[in-house]
Amino acid sequence: MIATEKDITPAQWKRRSVLSFAVFILFLLLCFAGWNWLKKQPTEAGAIKPLRTVLNTNENIFYSLFNPGRLAQTYPKQFAVPRVRVNGDAGLGTDFDASTWRLKLIKAPGDTLFISLDEIKKLPKTDVIFDFKCIEGWSQVTHWSGVKFSDFVKHYGLDAQMALRFTGMETPDGEYYVGLDNKSMLQPQTILCYEMNGAALPLNQGFPLRLIIPVKYGVKHLKRIGTIAFSDDRPRDYWYERGYDYYCGL
Amino acid sequence: MKKIAKKHSLAIRWFHWVNFPILLVMIWSGLLIYWANDVYRIGWGKTTILKFFPDSFYKALHVPFRLAEGMSLHFVFMWLFAINGLLYFLYLLFSKEYKLIFPNRHSLKEGWLVLLHDLHLRKGLPPQKKYNAAQRLAYTGVIVMGFLMLLTGLAIYKPAQLNFLCSILGGYEWARAEHFIITLLFVLFFFVHIIQVIIAGWNNFQSMITGFDVLPAPDKTTEISVPDQSPVSNS
Repeated sequence: MIATEKDITPAQWKRRSVLSFAVFILFLLLCFAGWNWLKKQPTEAGAIKPLRTVLNTNENIFYSLFNPGRLAQTYPKQFAVPRVRVNGDAGLGTDFDASTWRLKLIKAPGDTLFISLDEIKKLPKTDVIFDFKCIEGWSQVTHWSGVKFSDFVKHYGLDAQMALRFTGMETPDGEYYVGLDNKSMLQPQTILCYEMNGAALPLNQGFPLRLIIPVKYGVKHLKRIGTIAFSDDRPRDYWYERGYDYYCGL
Repeated sequence: MKKIAKKHSLAIRWFHWVNFPILLVMIWSGLLIYWANDVYRIGWGKTTILKFFPDSFYKALHVPFRLAEGMSLHFVFMWLFAINGLLYFLYLLFSKEYKLIFPNRHSLKEGWLVLLHDLHLRKGLPPQKKYNAAQRLAYTGVIVMGFLMLLTGLAIYKPAQLNFLCSILGGYEWARAEHFIITLLFVLFFFVHIIQVIIAGWNNFQSMITGFDVLPAPDKTTEISVPDQSPVSNS
């Protein structure tokens, strides 16, 4: 069993083991001190600063590795649940007037389009049946239809905007808002959605128009889109401000 | 004089002790994340024998409503867990120390005998090198678990980008359940490990820090008695 046996005086042994234990205890103390140091660091957008820095690095890594050709798993229609879970109502105030709703598309400062739901419905329709994933950890196979964002981009001539890094979306009341990288926006499963299970979106699912973006957690699937704008800097993001990862890419 | 024997290399000791706090943070932050959708239980139909986890457990550890914190910790320390684990594995391969840890063709049968011995159902242990057969199985088992942890973790971290990986693990929900079950196995391993270390005693524990086993001093009474033997009985 023993490869290297050797004789050693008790004093030598004592010196050796005391040294080893000193290093060991120092290591444990450093771990403990490091943890306490981390906990005391200031936060940036709700996350401890050093952790936020790594999350942003993770974003850069996974953003550069992102392959829009890799699709989220899709399912046949009969797999979609009839009762779709409703998890959030931020930005869905009760005094919403659907008759006056227009999608506000800010192409550039001073160049804004107001688009009605009927105009959006005239664009080619795409169905997406996928496993919707909430950041909380649950998932549900759900069926959505609308216009592919890449088709929307083509129709409204948004190529220059797509050359920027981000798309920002907000609810009409500005209470809920998300920022999304444009590689994910152009992924072929990303849709501006107006139907769920083949019927008009319910109010609590974001009627008249919501975002469905299968390569992101549910927090990014903004309900009731009011405004769409573009920028190279990160648009503001509701859950990012509350300590979550900005990217949330799946 | 004391007789000592090299047992654990410096690298092994560092990998072992560095892994300990990292794994602790990963399990802790994993718990903060799991709380947000704590659906697993042992039971059938409406009968639940054990819920993962009882509210009292969460309350005692101040777990509730810390999902964002848990995710930020998890996705930072995951790098350390992966790097330390991969370096450890590569070290085992290149130093050939894997020969002392990976099971051989006798390990399954002998591991059973070791288990019976440890449960006081059998006397005597099969001959062994650095580790007995049960240790080989357990220590190789945690290496496999570590790899599975990375794979199931990646599958639920990037299920669309790693769609293929996610599907071979049984899909998103299964991958999440597997990630959880392996965590429980890690915790189980941890407790058995601690108990075994306590039973094995101080000399064994200190060797994970100093690197050396202290060999038992030669028995003085037998040493003296050897030259004393006179051929009295021959008469």
